[in-house]
Amino acid sequence: MTRRLSPAALSSTTLSSTVLIYLALAGVLVIGGAAVATGGGNLFATANLVDMFTRTSLTGFLAIGMTLVILCRSLDLSVGYVAALSSLVAATTMDGDVGRIPLAIGAVLLVSGLIGGANGVFVTVLGVNPFIATLGTGLILKGYLDTEYKGPAGDVPAVFQQFGYTRIAFIPISTVVMLAVAAAAIWFLRSTRTGHHMYAVGGDLDVARMSGIRTGRVLIAAHVLCAMCAGVAGLLLAARFGTGSAEAYTNLYELDAIAAVVLGGTLLLGGKGGVAGTVAGVAILAVLDTVFNVMQIDPFAKDVLRGAVIIAAVAIYARRQLDRTARRPRFALEGRAS
Amino acid sequence: MTRLRALAGRLTNPTGTVFILLALILAGIFVKNADFFAGPSLMAFLKQAAPLVILAAGQYFVIVSGNFDLSVGALVGAQVVIAARLIDGEESRTLPVLAVMLFFGLAVGLVNGLITTALKVQSFITTLGMLLVLYGAIRLWTGGAPTGSLSEAFRTPGRLGIEGVPILGQLPWALLIMLALGAGAIVLMRTRFGRILMASGDNDRAAALSGARVDTVRTAAFVLSGLSATVAGVLIGGFAGVSAQVGEGLEFTVITAVVLGGVVLGGGRGTVIAAMAGALAIEALFTLFNQLALPATLRPTVQGAIIIAAVAYAARQRTRPAATPATVTPS
Repeated sequence: MTRRLSPAALSSTTLSSTVLIYLALAGVLVIGGAAVATGGGNLFATANLVDMFTRTSLTGFLAIGMTLVILCRSLDLSVGYVAALSSLVAATTMDGDVGRIPLAIGAVLLVSGLIGGANGVFVTVLGVNPFIATLGTGLILKGYLDTEYKGPAGDVPAVFQQFGYTRIAFIPISTVVMLAVAAAAIWFLRSTRTGHHMYAVGGDLDVARMSGIRTGRVLIAAHVLCAMCAGVAGLLLAARFGTGSAEAYTNLYELDAIAAVVLGGTLLLGGKGGVAGTVAGVAILAVLDTVFNVMQIDPFAKDVLRGAVIIAAVAIYARRQLDRTARRPRFALEGRAS
Repeated sequence: MTRLRALAGRLTNPTGTVFILLALILAGIFVKNADFFAGPSLMAFLKQAAPLVILAAGQYFVIVSGNFDLSVGALVGAQVVIAARLIDGEESRTLPVLAVMLFFGLAVGLVNGLITTALKVQSFITTLGMLLVLYGAIRLWTGGAPTGSLSEAFRTPGRLGIEGVPILGQLPWALLIMLALGAGAIVLMRTRFGRILMASGDNDRAAALSGARVDTVRTAAFVLSGLSATVAGVLIGGFAGVSAQVGEGLEFTVITAVVLGGVVLGGGRGTVIAAMAGALAIEALFTLFNQLALPATLRPTVQGAIIIAAVAYAARQRTRPAATPATVTPS
């Protein structure tokens, strides 16, 4: 009897993982709305909704890509620098000329893809721990950006700036694009061979390899896609600022993205989670930011609350998954060295 | 002959690599500027390097037990700001404030450790959250910019030393503290505690089944890291004074130093002396950049390239012995 029920029970727990995150998002919206209402405001006024959605797009792009690498039990600490570099590549390639927009987008995707490929090669071929490999790549890019670009550079034509500012009703175009990328990523993970392989590689690298998966290629693919998502985030930065800006990396976007992914229920140990949860994680962070903003909470208190929320959320997930995760080695990265 | 080969083997394993790297960097400095090795300038270098070396020892305990501590940079910054605010230039408050700082460092480490072990939150997230909390809380408390000032007595360990030593000139307190704590760390790793720590990082389940209190030693490692950040905060505050940027990005430099020392992220491999040598190598590298008059902005690039290369080299070394049990590694 119980044995017959177990597959159904299993699928309902995996389902409820994502459902739980969306319930948390709803809870945050309700509590946030109530908190704002007691202060005499309205969280769901158009201006606040616009603010909320605008906040989701940038972190969203980065977090979607980050989900892929974290699923493979890797990490990418260079996305903030890739985004900054991409904004510069975009703005300097466009240089105010509308006709060069497609060229600029192509250049950004190429450059960011190559950086992602380099990250992937460091991790798989050279056997460098992903934390160090991507931190190193980030430092290399930081040095290049600081040396080459002392200030804003390039000029983004007004048409492309629309990507940063236009909105349909209260939903910005950039958020629509982000959701489209998220949908594509969900499809990719659920319906393509490489997508399935990513779960396998993150679950157990050795088992995946013994099952005939070319684990190196899967990891490199995840890193390339992650960096390309960061490239798109860079395009958005360029559209918002109107120029390319090297300073963008000071915002520590990579930590925001990792926080959103983990909030979304993807295990840092890899092999479990998904982009749908990540989108909810991004949304939770955006709602919190908007609520803090509307309630005029001190910006420094935001950091405190945000840190506490992230730890609390992960502690709750850990409690639910205690029996499953407790048996896995924490960061058994030895196997990756080969 | 065999002894020579054993020596070569020791030097080319990941732990030995860092000493070769350190020697190469020092040789580079020597070529550019032989005066660097005169007593006073060498002492000045070691005085400046001491905080990073101490932080590396603290971070080593956490990393070798299988965790990360990303909060040390924020903690160093917090400690300096707390010291300045509480001392506010009054000499008499130095010792009480030092006690408060020690308690604070201990508390932060304990919270990190308990959240990681009891609540099963990955240390990456725990300490990332702690970083955000400390960063925000300190600025909230001080209203954005650090206030107050440090007392002379507080600044002594970071700035001064025993004067009039022959050849060396000044023997900095920071160097003595670094040597004492470094020796303590080496001894600690040879005790029961150290061996359990190493075992927990290598295979926590096996360690737990053997009766080791994995969670206790891991929590203790975080506490040691918090205490090392406190000492580093005292030294950095004394050496460089108070600013809002103290400690920013330090966590990544420290982790880089430890990894450069051949310590494997994920735990169970590496020695504390190599981790501290890694910190010295990083500081020497920065000195070399100075000597080469490299544009300051280009430093991160060289630093990034060197870490990737060094870790890739160490990884290449590590895969060879691991491949020997042929039964478990089908190609």
